[in-house]
Amino acid sequence: MAKMLMKGNEAIGAAAIQAGCKFFFGYPITPQNELPEYMSRELPKIEGGAFVQAESEVAAINMIYGAAGAGARCMTSSSSPGMALKQEGISYIAGAELPAVIVNISRGGPGLGGIQPSQADYFQSTRGGGNGDYRHLVYAPASLQEAVDLVMEAFDVADYYRNPVIVLGDGMIGQMMEPVEFKKSNGRELPAKDWATTGTKEERTPNIINSLALDPAKLEEHNRKLTRKYKEIEKNEVRHEDYKTEDADVVIVAYGTTARIARNAVDALREEGIKAGMMRPITLWPFPEAAIQKVTHTAKALLSVEMSEGQMVEDVRLANEGKLPVHFYGRSGGMIPSPDEIADKVKEIIGGVK
Amino acid sequence: MAEEKIIMAGFGGQGVMSMGQLLTYAGMLEDKNVSWLPSYGPEMRGGTANCSVIVSEKQVGSPVITNDATSAIVMNLPSLDKFEKDVVEGGNLLINESLIERKAERSDLSIYYIKANEIANEIGNSKVANMVMLGAYLELTKIVKVESVIEALKKVFGPAKEHLVPMNKEALERGAESIK
Repeated sequence: MAKMLMKGNEAIGAAAIQAGCKFFFGYPITPQNELPEYMSRELPKIEGGAFVQAESEVAAINMIYGAAGAGARCMTSSSSPGMALKQEGISYIAGAELPAVIVNISRGGPGLGGIQPSQADYFQSTRGGGNGDYRHLVYAPASLQEAVDLVMEAFDVADYYRNPVIVLGDGMIGQMMEPVEFKKSNGRELPAKDWATTGTKEERTPNIINSLALDPAKLEEHNRKLTRKYKEIEKNEVRHEDYKTEDADVVIVAYGTTARIARNAVDALREEGIKAGMMRPITLWPFPEAAIQKVTHTAKALLSVEMSEGQMVEDVRLANEGKLPVHFYGRSGGMIPSPDEIADKVKEIIGGVK
Repeated sequence: MAEEKIIMAGFGGQGVMSMGQLLTYAGMLEDKNVSWLPSYGPEMRGGTANCSVIVSEKQVGSPVITNDATSAIVMNLPSLDKFEKDVVEGGNLLINESLIERKAERSDLSIYYIKANEIANEIGNSKVANMVMLGAYLELTKIVKVESVIEALKKVFGPAKEHLVPMNKEALERGAESIK
């Protein structure tokens, strides 16, 4: 298939449809509106496809709960404050072990915040705003091609583990245009959805989708089962990209569009003879701990760069296990760090560790 | 050409977003690395609209252009006020002389004054002022071929609006002539 020039939000929608998404439920919020708009135009053209603009984000995520429970590939999307409203539903979906893909094109917060790009939903995405012992994969694409690839992958991963998957992009990913190509996914072998509530036709016992378990022993058993699944995800699904880290004195850790800005900073620093590198987490949960541990043997310092006041830096510190000094540089509220600012911070650190 | 970073700015309706998209599309057709990033938000309603386009031989890093634009195309006065400072030394600044009375303040740039609206009106449609500016820009930098922009236009317009292609082509050519 030839390359197409698409806006991020539309490319994400197109990727979902390519991946077999039949249902989309959502509620408008900037800067992700082109995604539901695209789905409202395209899904009705597909046999059995439907788009519903729900009355709220809470309604939309519970429609996902229903459609996923019936075994359908479905998706919802929102932006930061809207994602906050969806957290209860995400906890239920994780508890009931249902596959669903949820897209967050995030903006500045807290509260209603602003509409410009931000990465202040790292905690919300990786720690979960909902209750209980649950986890879900979080993909953080840095380009539209990667967004397309990861959205398609997300549907397979969600089905494979029977777990919700979040795709987290900031407003820039949603609004920018880049060439994209739709490639077939690598084709995981997926289990049959024999748990779905598709009607018994009086031929089998009813399937029940539920997250309530009043017997503590049974609930603990369920929690342990979920934990085993999360361990599997941690073992199999971590992804990251190393950029010039082999001989780097300072390794920048950055994800999403911030990683693209940091890449420019690394290139500029290298031209000045300063050995900078970057480790870019592609999955935020599970976090690429091994990639951090690897560079602790060769680097002198780590620098987490985020469009937040410092969230991922906590995971960097945890993975670093106290071996290297961990620094932070962030802009927030919709302000975007420049390559110069990041380079200056690296120089400041180098000055300190020499 | 290693990398061109272009800021295009004007007020809503001057076609700065589509001018940027056409350049991006043309770059993609020539297998170059491209990105298009719009300003989005309340300032779009009645105020200035702008987009950042990168056309590069290598992978596009940050899609954001801060103070490192290699060229800026400004269609109205607020855009000149806002972006004149963001062009790198020796870069290009293309000013729509039809709507901007003041001259550029910088002396370390290549500055071009183009009567985009007058030329567009001579062609018969003030809406192609953006294509006049784009034509001038392409003549200067040659980062993509004019034919690629025409090809992109055909894809964006579709068969129903293909009759608009000649007018846009003329605007690109007149823009190129204006700075020769």
